[in-house]
Amino acid sequence: MSHDNSHDHHANVDHAAMGIEKEHPTWSTYWKVAVILTLMTVIEVWIYYIPSFVASRAFVPVLLLMSAVKFFIVVAFYMHLRYDHKLFRVLFTGPLIIAMTTLVGLMFLFGKFSLK
Amino acid sequence: MAHAAAAPSAHDTTHGHPPTSTGLDNKKIAIWAFIGSECMLFASLISTYLIYKGRSVVGPYPHDACLPPQCSTPLKAILNIPVTSASTFVLLMSSLAMVLALAAVEMKDQPKHTTSERILGNSKLWLWMTALLGTTFLAFQAFEFTSFVHEGLTIRTNLFGSSFFTLTGFHGAHVTAGVLWLLTLLAIDYRRGLGPKDALNVDLAALYWHFVDVVWIAIFTLVYLIK
Repeated sequence: MSHDNSHDHHANVDHAAMGIEKEHPTWSTYWKVAVILTLMTVIEVWIYYIPSFVASRAFVPVLLLMSAVKFFIVVAFYMHLRYDHKLFRVLFTGPLIIAMTTLVGLMFLFGKFSLK
Repeated sequence: MAHAAAAPSAHDTTHGHPPTSTGLDNKKIAIWAFIGSECMLFASLISTYLIYKGRSVVGPYPHDACLPPQCSTPLKAILNIPVTSASTFVLLMSSLAMVLALAAVEMKDQPKHTTSERILGNSKLWLWMTALLGTTFLAFQAFEFTSFVHEGLTIRTNLFGSSFFTLTGFHGAHVTAGVLWLLTLLAIDYRRGLGPKDALNVDLAALYWHFVDVVWIAIFTLVYLIK
């Protein structure tokens, strides 16, 4: 498609100030990402309605994994973190690591997780 | 001060923002720092929800359905997964519309030969679409909150109600702020047209919007799907 490589011609877009280090994804990539996100959401809801899977030990890890993958797909492609300056990656992943560590720490503290 | 009166650099005049030590626009650094702080805010709200999960003394409960003869009084799971799945799909599609809006603004100066190029290059269309999908998500949330109140769950009913309405209410407030931001961009687009030089400002709104989307991805799994 002719518009797929048209990102090469953004003469008036201030790539440096926006921190763009690599060309952003094309329109077709955005559509593919949307399809993947939709399919993953459908699978998540589908497995929610399978009683035997819900009762299994795999249910929660599978849902958490799929949610994490969706999270990182949006951040990498739609938020362009994969293509932008590393300072932005630091500004996002630093607090995200603190947030996740705090969440897990609180789960242990209030007895939701246990090492026993 | 000698350098205060210095002539603007080439970068300054070319890109319309003062030179920075990083070479990056301060607004974009600020939005990422803001998003980082928002990660911690929502992590604390999600943590609170998870800590209180299953500790409500009285119903309604999120998932636990129990009918006689197992229970003396019938209990109905209050979360409506089909409706929330639809609203999740709507928010995911709004993120697609937002990236298409940003791409359309960046491409505004490029000639468009085919109908598909004209549609994809129409920034007003995609900004409207994003705002409309965001508003639809809020309508779903209003429907959900109203039905919960009718079923006897308010922010004061039990620990589930308090933590649920606080978490999803904060998220809804963020979506509302995002819709207002999109409407201001639309107003600018109608007034003077958004072009490649405005790409940074549209990018800031897009980053905020996608962040709201990723927060919902986490909420949907942790609150609605995991029993």
